[in-house]
Amino acid sequence: MVQTLFERIGGDAAVDGAVDLFYRKVLVDDRISHFFETTDMDEQRAKQKAFLTWAFGGPKEYSGKDMREAHKDLVAKGLDDSHFDAVAGHLQDTLKELGVGEDIIGEVMSVAGSTRDDVLNR
Amino acid sequence: MARLHFEDSAYQNRDTETVLDTLLRHQVSVPYSCRNGVCLTCMLRCSEGPVPAAAQKDIRETLRIQGCFLSCLCHPIADMTIGLPDDSLVFGRATVTAVDKLADTICRVRLLPAMPLYYHAGQFVNLHRSDGLVRSYSLASLPRADSDLELHVKRLPGGAMSNWIFESLVPGAALDIDGPHGGCYYLAEESDRPLLLIGNGTGLAPLFGIARDALASDHLEPIHLYHGTRYSDGLYLDRELRAMATAHDNFTYVPCLSGDEVPAGCRRSRAERAAFADHSALADWRVYLCGSPAMVNKTKKLAFLAGAALADICSDPFEMTDKRAVPRD
Ligand SMILES: Cc1cc2nc3c(=O)[nH]c(=O)nc-3n(C[C@H](O)[C@H](O)[C@H](O)COP(=O)(O)OP(=O)(O)OC[C@H]3O[C@@H](n4cnc5c(N)ncnc54)[C@H](O)[C@@H]3O)c2cc1C
Ligand code: HEM
Repeated sequence: MVQTLFERIGGDAAVDGAVDLFYRKVLVDDRISHFFETTDMDEQRAKQKAFLTWAFGGPKEYSGKDMREAHKDLVAKGLDDSHFDAVAGHLQDTLKELGVGEDIIGEVMSVAGSTRDDVLNR
Repeated sequence: MARLHFEDSAYQNRDTETVLDTLLRHQVSVPYSCRNGVCLTCMLRCSEGPVPAAAQKDIRETLRIQGCFLSCLCHPIADMTIGLPDDSLVFGRATVTAVDKLADTICRVRLLPAMPLYYHAGQFVNLHRSDGLVRSYSLASLPRADSDLELHVKRLPGGAMSNWIFESLVPGAALDIDGPHGGCYYLAEESDRPLLLIGNGTGLAPLFGIARDALASDHLEPIHLYHGTRYSDGLYLDRELRAMATAHDNFTYVPCLSGDEVPAGCRRSRAERAAFADHSALADWRVYLCGSPAMVNKTKKLAFLAGAALADICSDPFEMTDKRAVPRD
């Protein structure tokens, strides 16, 4: 059977490790941290995990419509390409730090990149 | 074979399994402890379907008629729709054994539960006043060392329960309590991780319990406790904690004062600031944060950014039911 990207990376446990690393980068980045200001960090972390799981091709399905819905309010607050690039950059750095191979990183980044128009509600 | 409907899912019960077994096999997270029908922790409530009598034999009448049963003793005879019991249903009696003033606005309440309570130091119970007023208080006592439950209550201006406790609660009085609740406690399997405990006001109550639990469990790594308050009167366990620090090489106690008068031996700082000034790299640490929600939520983020994994930060914000809350330091 062909393994999904999610399985090759190491499944749920690997994603858990990646989430904290990724979330920390996002929170300290002044360009985007204000989008993530929230009182409940655990809820926010769960959403970050949903994001990464999805980017790794994990079991949960997100449609383009879901992506639009999730980011609609953020776009109204000014979410644009520069923010998208910043998040994508942190994702790439996270994967590098975890020692994920270049080819897999390329795959993840192209999955993430394909959502740009939906995330930015264009 | 019976099917169990729990929240939005259904689970197949196997012939020899109890309800608890089935739920755990499916990784459904429900509270349980002794698995022997003793501790009552695994109590669930059945809203549809028959409840076997054996699963209800030790359950109080008032709860039995609501459909409460022990999931660890329950072998279903037909399909059941089950759920966690409403907290307010599951309480026991406790007798007040002592009320001692530890500071101007802080008192220690000791309670002896009628039925033994299986708990970890640092969890909390809900106190029920007879008119229905309910508030949560954290457990500073250590089950293996103390026969009574110990709570530290801070008197708040205009606060309904805390003023009543100060003015009217006397030894011999009976109260209903429910619990234990909460996940803020020491994990014995983590004896090789450094611990950072930060609390303000009576946020010290759970931390005192957790620190004693860790020391009694022969914790191997350092345990750092930072207690913050405004005036030195609020350092209400100063003597006990200094004695613990003297007795245990791996335990440090750092009293922090945010007011103007700071006696020798105390830090002029907020507890969280002092803690991060001393410890800035928290990867692999376990962090406990208790006290005012403002402090706890802010400090959680700082601990995370200092390298602690979010899953390794246990916190108990002392949320108040009344949202007009004034700062509680
Ligand atoms: C998990 C958990 C654990 C907790 N553990 C502890 C503990 O160990 N020790 C502890 O002391 N507390 C603890 N608390 C807080 C505790 O449960 C109560 O919230 C607290 O004691 C206040 O209850 P109260 O009835 O006295 O005040 P409430 O009547 O609920 O009033 C709450 C706040 O509103 C203010 N207020 C009330 N009436 C007025 C008014 N008319 N005008 C303006 N302001 C007003 C009060 O001053 C107070 O600040 C915990 C809370 C939680 C959630
Ligand atoms: C690579 C592109 C992105 C993908 C695939 C993605 C994916 C997701 C997913 C799956 C959710 C969770 C939806 C839910 O379960 O509620 C989500 C929520 C969120 N995303 Fe993104 N995201 C992307 C880019 C961004 C960017 C660029 C930002 C801001 C800088 C951002 C900020 C947020 C925030 C703040 C939430 C939470 C919204 C809420 O609380 O309702 N995302 N995202």
